[in-house]
Amino acid sequence: MSQFYLTALQLSLCLGPMAMGIYITMKVFNIPDITTDGSYTLGAAVTAMLLMHHWPALAVLPVCMIAGALAGICTALIHTKLRIDALLAGILVMTGLYSINLIILGRSNIPLINTPAIFNSFPFFKNDLYNQLFISAIIVIILTLLLNYLLKTDFGIAMRATGNNPIMTKSLGINNDIIKILGLALANALTALSGFLVSQYQSFTDINMGIGIVITGLGSVLIADALRIWINVTNIGLQIVLVLAGSFLFQMVLAFTLAMGIDPNFLKLVTASFVLLIVALPRVSRQLKRG
Amino acid sequence: MISLQNIRKIFHKGKENELTALENLSLQIKKGEFVVLVGANGSGKTTLLNIIGGAEKLTSGSITINGTDVTQFPEYKRSKWIARVFQNPNNGTAPDLTILDNFRLAALRTQRKNLTIGTDAAFKKKVLDKIATLGMGLENKINQPMGNLSGGQRQALTLLMSVMDETDILLLDEPTAALDPKSACVVLNLADKFNKDFGITTMLITHNLKDAQQYGNRLIQLQEGKILRDINTESKVKLLLPDIYEWFG
Repeated sequence: MSQFYLTALQLSLCLGPMAMGIYITMKVFNIPDITTDGSYTLGAAVTAMLLMHHWPALAVLPVCMIAGALAGICTALIHTKLRIDALLAGILVMTGLYSINLIILGRSNIPLINTPAIFNSFPFFKNDLYNQLFISAIIVIILTLLLNYLLKTDFGIAMRATGNNPIMTKSLGINNDIIKILGLALANALTALSGFLVSQYQSFTDINMGIGIVITGLGSVLIADALRIWINVTNIGLQIVLVLAGSFLFQMVLAFTLAMGIDPNFLKLVTASFVLLIVALPRVSRQLKRG
Repeated sequence: MISLQNIRKIFHKGKENELTALENLSLQIKKGEFVVLVGANGSGKTTLLNIIGGAEKLTSGSITINGTDVTQFPEYKRSKWIARVFQNPNNGTAPDLTILDNFRLAALRTQRKNLTIGTDAAFKKKVLDKIATLGMGLENKINQPMGNLSGGQRQALTLLMSVMDETDILLLDEPTAALDPKSACVVLNLADKFNKDFGITTMLITHNLKDAQQYGNRLIQLQEGKILRDINTESKVKLLLPDIYEWFG
């Protein structure tokens, strides 16, 4: 049973960077970015290709993040320069990335069983799962500290203000377009990093592994939002921690559903319903209160 | 300081609802002048301010600020000289950010926003001292989100934020339209003080003719996108409220 929780924890840590990315696009910039589905698989595809070419896992990591950043920049350029709706821009890039990912992979599925992985590059623990947990936790902690610092810097304040009041930021000498481009690059770099981690955790990359993954990230951020309002958190560092907690709760619910013996074919339906529930509950309760 | 040459602004050009907002308007504003703009709705006051601030592109003509031709400059580049206070108190500040963070951004209006933390103890002290001058009792709220404050408080803070960095020009588009009389008085007196103390060139749009008479040293009336009256300092001092009311007779 403890294995059951630990696996959910491990997966939530691997998906943590993506949840942080969604937090940046959705909560900081107020942009619904669907590029995620594509940039997540992009990270996993780049990982598979480079590991097959005997790259050390640690060297693959920055390449993945750069690839993800480029995907984010494409979406941001379409959105800011061509003035196309962010949602459509993301869908266009995500669709295009499907072909690019197929080209990178060469086929629809690559197993990563006999290749080096980031998780066995540094054997801190004898137990594989503990080692995976430890390494993922270190990566997630470093990212949390960096993101917390970034959002508190002058540039970070400019980022947050751009999403909150673009009229004000323009009058304060901020080029909103540049800030959005950098923000989407960062968010999708984080998403690709999740692709990097998950492909090595599950020991394969599949062309379809990203389908609907954005919902997982959205769900994590929405759970975090509910928790934030509930316990009244304003500190940014704590908000990021809540997003990670949201990611864990989300994976727990999914693991629990599977453990109850529900047909895995229903998993996406359960995921979507669960997110709907999180979004709808506060609204319904508000309406009930109003009478 | 500001020089406008043959400014034309036509909205929806070539369409059925074509509208000429500014028609061949030329205007020179000297450093330190406090210009009050009056005129009926649709006379082009806000369009004129938006064109100087860069929020609207002009159809033809040119704008020079401090000797630099800024006609093609986007809004964020003109913020090197210009600070703005909007008619809607919500536009000037970011509601989810703390008062401190809002002031930090304003303090960097003409500078780069770097990857360093600037909201340190020294900066906090500076903001506290500034806010204390308002006498609104906001000193102990600087870590609260801006959205918790009233419109009057936000508007006063927006104005205060405009002098956190080097400012040559202050554009005020009906800053008191949404405020109660007391907050309106605080905001206009503060603008007047900044104009006198720091020599900031100021442009104020107002529908309140009493304010138009009381504040500023130059009064311009716009009508249908053209300057109808331009009253300079000596004549404005002599101008009485009934005289201005008569313009709108």
